[in-house]
Amino acid sequence: MLSSATTEGKSKIKRQSEFLVVARRLSQNSSASIGFVVAVFLVVMAIFAPLIAPYSYAKQDLAHTRAAPSAQHIFGTDELGRDVFSRIVWGSRFSLTIGVLAVLIGTAVGMLFGAIAGYFGGVVDDIIMRLMDVLQSIPGILLVITISVVLGPGLFNTLLALSVGGIPMSCRLTRAAVLGVRHQEYLEAATSINASTPRIILRHVLPNSFAPVLVSSTMSIGNVIMMAAMLSFIGLGVQPPTPEWGSMISGGRSLIRTCPWMVTFPGIFIMLTVLALNMFGDGLRDALDPKLKK
Amino acid sequence: MIPVILGVTILVFTILYFIPGDPVRMLLGAEPTPAQVLAKRQEMGLNDPYLVRLGRYVGGIILHFDFGKSWIYNTPVTSELLHRFPRTLTIAVICMLMQILIGTPLGIIAAVNRNGWGDRLSMFIAMFGISMPNFWLALMLILFFSVKLGWLPPYGIGGLKYYILPCIANAFPGIATQARQTRSSLLEVIRSDYITTARAKGMSELRILLRHALPNALLPIITIIGNGMGMLLAGTVVIEMIFAIPGVGWYLVGGIGNRDINVVQSSVIFLAIAFTLIMLLVDLAYAFIDPRVKARFAGQKRRKQYA
Repeated sequence: MLSSATTEGKSKIKRQSEFLVVARRLSQNSSASIGFVVAVFLVVMAIFAPLIAPYSYAKQDLAHTRAAPSAQHIFGTDELGRDVFSRIVWGSRFSLTIGVLAVLIGTAVGMLFGAIAGYFGGVVDDIIMRLMDVLQSIPGILLVITISVVLGPGLFNTLLALSVGGIPMSCRLTRAAVLGVRHQEYLEAATSINASTPRIILRHVLPNSFAPVLVSSTMSIGNVIMMAAMLSFIGLGVQPPTPEWGSMISGGRSLIRTCPWMVTFPGIFIMLTVLALNMFGDGLRDALDPKLKK
Repeated sequence: MIPVILGVTILVFTILYFIPGDPVRMLLGAEPTPAQVLAKRQEMGLNDPYLVRLGRYVGGIILHFDFGKSWIYNTPVTSELLHRFPRTLTIAVICMLMQILIGTPLGIIAAVNRNGWGDRLSMFIAMFGISMPNFWLALMLILFFSVKLGWLPPYGIGGLKYYILPCIANAFPGIATQARQTRSSLLEVIRSDYITTARAKGMSELRILLRHALPNALLPIITIIGNGMGMLLAGTVVIEMIFAIPGVGWYLVGGIGNRDINVVQSSVIFLAIAFTLIMLLVDLAYAFIDPRVKARFAGQKRRKQYA
């Protein structure tokens, strides 16, 4: 008991210092820092949407429909006279929530399957990996489209569909990482002190095979946000009047000749969000890269 | 290969089997009599149990390459898919070529001038490329080249110039991914000892790049081309919808709009089969390019002979 407690205490201290090392490397990377700052800025915008947005996202002003950007409506108004800027601010809530939650769910499920496949090997491994083969041979967005056709539109259903799309990737990465630590002594030690299999997998295997998944998940948040926008663009996904960025672009598409601002600005915000997350993810990958460690 | 196609078919069929709502009631309009509903269901084979329907559908695809009929228009899906696929494939292949011909050199330039302005510029472009939704880029291209400048047609099909904008919009993320992957795998190789050896021998930098660095960095680059093909095929869905190109992707979007499940199901499976075939080609290319992979396969064969 005592020895296990001390080793755990030690490992905790070590993990913390590891975190600090990574954080310091990240802060030295200028593009990662910019990405991080922009991402934080967007999150703040999403949280304080009611305070930042000058108008309500659903408030129609039928006297000023399709108004070009001006001092009153800095990004213009849409076909119902709703302020585009306010809708973008509110929309950041949906895009960011969908992106983060879908990736979290997908990664969690994928990691669990990957850890099981890698840890047990044999038939279990074969079954899980063949299933992932099948899932991966449907090009990502098509799988998500198929699932959301069945589930129907709506925030929660979109979330679910998008998270399934993330499972194969994290499953594969986790499995590979688990295979790498599978025969380490500390797992043998854990087995020898009679730790249960779920405990070994959750406490010892997963934390030690987390890094590659962390990077790919960070990078895929941006991707998921784009996919979510694409889903609502083709009419699945989050439905109007919810101010989702993709559905705003879709709504402005037919009016692109006369009022391009309805399409341009939501797209810029999608790009900005994804760009920030990708820059941060890139930096994170470099910071976690064992080749750079001394 | 065949098991994967079979698996994809079963998976997509099963997912879409759970779709809520009765297609027959939608088809027959406002107030169908129960007898009409029953007859129609019988005709479409919807009354059969799951396994029978699955067997019929999978059997049709595997044995006769027959995807059944559209629920709404009652037309054969297979001929429609085959008629439309060349357009989708044209876009995907042009995009793939652009990805290889533009993305790879960008990545090489970046890796060779590491941390120089060439590196920064190409990686900056690439960063935007992977962060831009292709449908938005498509709309921006239309806005600029069709609406503002009037150089290129905004939608439809016809000559080659109708393909320019869709291909750029669809290929841009792929080009960016390609450049990033080329750069990182080349950088990894450039650190190796044999590159230092080659330099020590006084070999020219160009020759080192072409003879030693690139061939060894090629495998991840090829993988990205294969995976990128999946992205390109899937990307055509929304690109075809924006540019009104009657390919498989637009057919799929139309099927979603009409709730024509067999069209959705068949288009997804069709694209997945196309993707699987391409991945198979990529795997074969591995063996062609990498002697180690070839040796492994040869070794397996020999081992089997002894066993």
